[in-house]
Amino acid sequence: MTSSQALTLSASGLTRKYGNNIAAKNVSIDLYKGQIVGLLGPNGAGKSTTMKMITGNLAPSEGGVQICGIDLIEKPLDAKAKIGYLPEIPPVYKELRVDEYLTLAARLHRVASKKVSEAVNKAEERVGVTHMRRRLIGSLSKGYQQRVGIAQAIIHEPEVIILDEPTVGLDPNQILEIRDLIRQLGNEHSVILSTHILQEVEAICDRVQILHHGSVVFNDAISGLRQFRAGKTIQAGFRTPPDLVELQTALPDTVCSIVRNGVFRIQASSSEDPTSTIVRKSVECSWNLYELSGAQASVEEVFAELTKQSS
Amino acid sequence: MIFTIAHKELKSMFSSPLAWVVLAFVQGVIAYVFIGSLNGFLIAQAQLARTPNAAGLTEIAIVPMFGVGQMLLLMSIPLLTMRLISEEKRNQTMAFLISAPISMTQIIVGKFLAMATFLFLILLLIACMALSVTAGGTIDSGLLIANLIGLFLLGISFAAIGIYISCLTTHPVVAAILSLAVFLGLWIINLASSNPESWLNVVSLLKRFEGFMNGFVGIADVAYFLVITCFFLVLSIRRLDSERLRA
Repeated sequence: MTSSQALTLSASGLTRKYGNNIAAKNVSIDLYKGQIVGLLGPNGAGKSTTMKMITGNLAPSEGGVQICGIDLIEKPLDAKAKIGYLPEIPPVYKELRVDEYLTLAARLHRVASKKVSEAVNKAEERVGVTHMRRRLIGSLSKGYQQRVGIAQAIIHEPEVIILDEPTVGLDPNQILEIRDLIRQLGNEHSVILSTHILQEVEAICDRVQILHHGSVVFNDAISGLRQFRAGKTIQAGFRTPPDLVELQTALPDTVCSIVRNGVFRIQASSSEDPTSTIVRKSVECSWNLYELSGAQASVEEVFAELTKQSS
Repeated sequence: MIFTIAHKELKSMFSSPLAWVVLAFVQGVIAYVFIGSLNGFLIAQAQLARTPNAAGLTEIAIVPMFGVGQMLLLMSIPLLTMRLISEEKRNQTMAFLISAPISMTQIIVGKFLAMATFLFLILLLIACMALSVTAGGTIDSGLLIANLIGLFLLGISFAAIGIYISCLTTHPVVAAILSLAVFLGLWIINLASSNPESWLNVVSLLKRFEGFMNGFVGIADVAYFLVITCFFLVLSIRRLDSERLRA
């Protein structure tokens, strides 16, 4: 992730308005070769809108996009040749066979005609649909259609791969496989993926941008996100638990809630670490503390925290 | 790229039963008309031989095929063009085409080319039928060619209008009904006026096509069909482009 590596995508100040409704506001993304950036956000945060603008499916109201130094608005065809895009719904033709569809994708993406079948084979192998190659896409399950969608996005070995919620609709095993695949792709190409699953971002991305109501509210390396999540919330279990009001008055700088019987979630509202206070109070009031773990903030808490900051 | 799109479109067309049904239907109806008029010619043959300047085999047996052919195109082209764009939008496959390094012009022209190829196929079948009478007689090839050109031009104008209407909606059936309504309107618009000099006659497809059926290929008529075709193709391209801006 050093700056010496090539900048493959640079989007600056992307804004998109639908009438008075602003779907994306001043979103900027820089992507370097070999990097995976995650766009994280709740539904309707503007992830898909941003991706549509980057891929030329939607014209931005303001701002510009450059793919490997080529301006998307001035030279759309040359810029698009360097992008592979998987939209939210896999853009497959149900009446075509997997082979036929990927051949079409390869041709449309300027793969030299001699190399088309080689590229199709390679892409099928990478996403694991080789044994389904003669099947009609319409007869495949959602998971396989999703894989075919990913295959069409990587068939021409693009510099930038843009995946909109690539693991939606897959079963847990397939999710792990696809995550592995994305990590591999991230070594040679650069990838942007969107998701609303925090764990997914932590599992595969190098950097994360969190969108909320169309604006970027967090933009940092993945270690920054971990730091942000850790140390804020503590889970504590007591053998002879106090009631919630008692605990709350004992720990004035925190927000307490019950997880299950005897187990509490304690969120620090100041920067001070409440751990030692909890231990001391437990001994003083003989609550019999038996469990104390630094729970990581959930995705909702992160969103809540970030949006509190931004507003 | 244009040919890649056209190829894909033809493949999709023929992988659904619709294209085959349309081909069979058109061929069946035209064959029925052809046999009927050929039979009429055979019965009246002796009488015609005695009449000077009488209508020949081509006028009596072949031209009626094109009279019916124009109505068949009017009915079947909306069924073929309806899904060309609207279904791409409906199934979200438009993003597949737009994010590929091809222009809107290439997408539209590719799809139009697929339709033109399909029309060519229909005309080829009609021409084969017409040529089958050469086994036992001679035909006026000039008249046949004029009719073929006329029907082809009519067909591509319909196709271009149909593609444009398909751009306007995400429901293929709405596109089909709207196209049919527009074609019928253009077809019978001249009936609204009894004055032969009226502008309604100028835009009427029926009037334009009559010339071709009589073996007359007029520059104005050819130009009219080509202008309609180009106009609606350009409109389609503009429409798709504007959707990216407006969405």
